[in-house]
Amino acid sequence: MAAEGKAIDALHQFELATVFGPVGASVGLTQSNLFMIISSGLIIALMIYGMRPRAVVPGRLQSVAESAYSFIDDMLLSQVGPEGRRFFPFVFTLFMFVLFGNMLGLFPYAFTYTSHISLTFALAMLVFLLITVVALALHGSKFFGYFFPEGAPLWLAPIIIRVEVVSYISRPISLSIRLFANMVAGHVMLKVFATFVVMLGALGTFGPFLAIMPLAINVALVGFEVLVAFLQAYVFAILTCIYLHDAVHLH
Amino acid sequence: MTDRNAFKQRLDAARARQGLDPGATKPAASGGLPTGNWGIGLRAGVEVVSALIAGAGLGFALDRWLGTWPWLFLVGFMLGAAAGVLNVYRLFSPRKGAGNVDDGKD
Repeated sequence: MAAEGKAIDALHQFELATVFGPVGASVGLTQSNLFMIISSGLIIALMIYGMRPRAVVPGRLQSVAESAYSFIDDMLLSQVGPEGRRFFPFVFTLFMFVLFGNMLGLFPYAFTYTSHISLTFALAMLVFLLITVVALALHGSKFFGYFFPEGAPLWLAPIIIRVEVVSYISRPISLSIRLFANMVAGHVMLKVFATFVVMLGALGTFGPFLAIMPLAINVALVGFEVLVAFLQAYVFAILTCIYLHDAVHLH
Repeated sequence: MTDRNAFKQRLDAARARQGLDPGATKPAASGGLPTGNWGIGLRAGVEVVSALIAGAGLGFALDRWLGTWPWLFLVGFMLGAAAGVLNVYRLFSPRKGAGNVDDGKD
């Protein structure tokens, strides 16, 4: 696996392969797709079974479901305002999908689908198209005033407008690169230190004792990765909210 | 009747938070982006790189289309660099109207 041939192969874990033998191969179902389906199923199960009791005093699962709901609800209210409510389903789905992808990826043998730029960029493009369409629908041609701040000298317009347009286009790129890079970096670090454990462990008498050091680092890293997994889902959702705020209020 | 007042206060706070009272003052925005040194530093780096990619990519695509390689690519690169600086500037300047939409600040 990772330590084959005394080389650290930290990127092998991101390679796609089909699952379920010939059945999966014929429809092109990769582990990435499989884990997307699993996480979607888990999210739906959490919301359906969590909210089934409808208790006034929530049980464990219900309080998880309720706190996830009110977390995104509060985020939308404070970042976008009451009119941001209508975007709740979108932001909630996005947040849960990214969060479950990040968290599921930390389990052994699991695949982190948020570590692929194709997926994060697709999500970010979805956000980008949504904010552009919302801004155009709400403000019409006034949307284009967004690219030229009021009070700027007119002779600077050719430069300012182009720079603003490039800055606007860079939004989905920065959104996707942030999530993708964080997940890849975390998993590569975990893999590298795990390989050190194996390599040092095979190093004769003192090896196993030396191997404790990278093992300790890995234990700390796993905790750190749980934090990063949540934080990146949170950042993705809150940046979506900030962009939605810009689209709804248009400065 | 402190109980009743407390209930009314909480009800008013909840109504203001949900935007049901148009005249009520909004509570300050809670949350926001993480502001640790590493968080800010990584965000700034990502913003610069992504603006460069956007600018240079746009210039490159226009070059491919118009056959003017490498001039639009160079212009796009400069625009991307400027947009990157703009993004980082936005990162550090307080965002206008975040959460306090109608208190005249935006």
